[in-house]
Amino acid sequence: MAKSPEGEHPHKAFGWAARDPSGALSPFHFSRRENGDEDVTVKILYCGVCHSDLHTAKNEWGFTNYPVVPGHEIVGVATKVGNNVEKFKVGDKVGVGVLVGSCKRCEPCQQDLENYCPKVTLTYNSIGQDGTKTYGGYSDMIVVDQRYVLRFPDNLPLDAGAPLLCAGITVYSPMKYYGMTEAGKHLGVAGLGGLGHVAVKIGKAFGLKVTVISSSSKKESEAINKLGADSFLVTSDPAKMKAAMGTMDFIIDTISAVHPLLPLLSLLKMNGKLVTVGLPDKPLELPIFPLVVGRKLVGGSDIGGMKETQEMLDFCAKHNIAADIELIRMEDINTAMERLAKSDVRYRFVIDVGNSLSQ
Amino acid sequence: MSSAEHPRKAFGWAARDASGVLSPFNFSRRATGEKDVAFKVLYCGICHSDLHMVKNEWGHTVYPVVPGHEIVGEVTEVGSNVTKFKVGDRVGVGCMVGSCHSCDNCANNVENYCPKMILTYGSKYHDGTMTYGGYSDTMVVEEHFIVRIPDNLPLDAAAPLLCAGITVFSPLRYYGLDRPGAHVGVVGLGGLGHVAVKFAKAMGAKVTVISTSPNKKNEAIESLGADAFLISRNQDELEGAMGTMDGIIDTVSAHHPLLPLIGLLKSHGKLVLVGAPEKPLELPVFPLLLGRKLVGGSCIGGMKETQEMVDFAAKHNITADIEVIPIDYVNTAMGRLLKADVKYRFVIDIANTMKASS
Repeated sequence: MAKSPEGEHPHKAFGWAARDPSGALSPFHFSRRENGDEDVTVKILYCGVCHSDLHTAKNEWGFTNYPVVPGHEIVGVATKVGNNVEKFKVGDKVGVGVLVGSCKRCEPCQQDLENYCPKVTLTYNSIGQDGTKTYGGYSDMIVVDQRYVLRFPDNLPLDAGAPLLCAGITVYSPMKYYGMTEAGKHLGVAGLGGLGHVAVKIGKAFGLKVTVISSSSKKESEAINKLGADSFLVTSDPAKMKAAMGTMDFIIDTISAVHPLLPLLSLLKMNGKLVTVGLPDKPLELPIFPLVVGRKLVGGSDIGGMKETQEMLDFCAKHNIAADIELIRMEDINTAMERLAKSDVRYRFVIDVGNSLSQ
Repeated sequence: MSSAEHPRKAFGWAARDASGVLSPFNFSRRATGEKDVAFKVLYCGICHSDLHMVKNEWGHTVYPVVPGHEIVGEVTEVGSNVTKFKVGDRVGVGCMVGSCHSCDNCANNVENYCPKMILTYGSKYHDGTMTYGGYSDTMVVEEHFIVRIPDNLPLDAAAPLLCAGITVFSPLRYYGLDRPGAHVGVVGLGGLGHVAVKFAKAMGAKVTVISTSPNKKNEAIESLGADAFLISRNQDELEGAMGTMDGIIDTVSAHHPLLPLIGLLKSHGKLVLVGAPEKPLELPVFPLLLGRKLVGGSCIGGMKETQEMVDFAAKHNITADIEVIPIDYVNTAMGRLLKADVKYRFVIDIANTMKASS
């Protein structure tokens, strides 16, 4: 007989879960496994609210297994380390991102690309190696295999650094893979939300010229004055779009709703690359002529491996890059989710778990 | 008036309207300029683009149009500043006859991506006149856009390399699918596809042909050297091959689903489109992301790479599989091409069958 979430494991845990596609979150008692030889137990201090949390809470992708405790931008303190753990000690500031397990044996795992392991275990809404469901960071503690725990750099603020664990690596990884790190090249960032605003900051740190591409002009002055973007392009302004045609080497497309690709492809120079990191729930329309005639490409990217995620955190620490956040209390999560659905946040909510999650 | 535009009389076959029917056409070629090479056309391949253009399927055809951009022949005259060719040389011309020579793309030997690139036919040349292609008796082309055809390649079977050949060779290199041991899929076994199989095999790849026609299986394997053959409508076969290919060269220009092809790719795999369906295709985003895969395009190749491709073909004895036809068969050939009824490229025997009317 299946055990209840509370009875599954030896350590009591508490968080907030969604129980049905309304996506409404509420208090939830469950349990965490015993800290094994390879494990690190983390007392959670902060957890970022990623748009994926919203998609999953509402079963928008169709594979949510309720009840679900979201949250994969987790920052906390190690409170216990297993016998085989050398990288971390009690008291260390650590992070946990989108994955908590993989097979460790396949080619992607051996190449530090655990995110592409066919047997990857996600931080929430996944089945772990032991057959039990994983619960995420909207909770008081988590037990994770050391391979999937990140060392959190000292000079990064814990709260504003949390979103780097998903948003940060999601844009950093394709910038490296698709060669967007050559200073002086021109990067377009489509969509200025959690992913987009971090892409602007990391792009500038790579020495790129950065243009934000957005459907409205209301974020323009912030993009330029606060985030450091070099220019701002509104897609509904035909004259400006025409003037910008064929000017960009790359575009990171963070838009998670269905949207037309043709205008974005036209902005690319010949041999330009559009990388999509947003996950619309329906296919996009791909016009082929511009790809063929300009030798352009549309690629995907999905977070990054553990080695690269650590590299990204260290890079951000070096360049003083953190997210722009709005800190919220756990009990305000449902309101925050509603605002997130309307993109009403500059630019990531972060739950002050340590100070507001109480039973 | 086209026949009086230039000093040198020329004769070819042109389409005059969107019926696409070709018929004899008198026109003229420019005098051989300093940097020009004039040559007698011996053979010209029939590319599917010729069919699209004569029927105005892309909407920008200016009639009358003399198609043909897989042209081989023998040099008859060279301009005073021509250094690479002499009279009697075996040469070829592909899809381009001009570019700006000053942009980044031209400087980097990718003239095919020059915004001012001039096509061999249906385009406006530097002097404002229309370009006419290889279904004709002579060509006058700037030296830069001429390739040498090595002696060991038969001219007729080499002609299709000038478009079909470079169209598949370039992306095999650019997208890194030219390494020994790579598993490359080729979708569509026509003019482009059959040459892609030969090139990929010569580069050391394992090649799987993906086709809707079961009757091409034997040939693909026995004759072209493919390692495997998948019927794209057979779910079981597709499923068995999921996640096995490093790259796929997709030559199909009809509307078709991308999802199964993306599924055939390993993670970090690349789907390259060289056929250009008119309407947009559906791009499922999840599979692209979850495997860090990409969908890219490619369009012929620059002149330097085209010469490299011809030399590579000569080294590995690669030519197209062709059906040689007389010029008066061209309309019938176009009708058969529309039904993909050719193994695998028609080549017009220009020198022996194209006679100017008196």
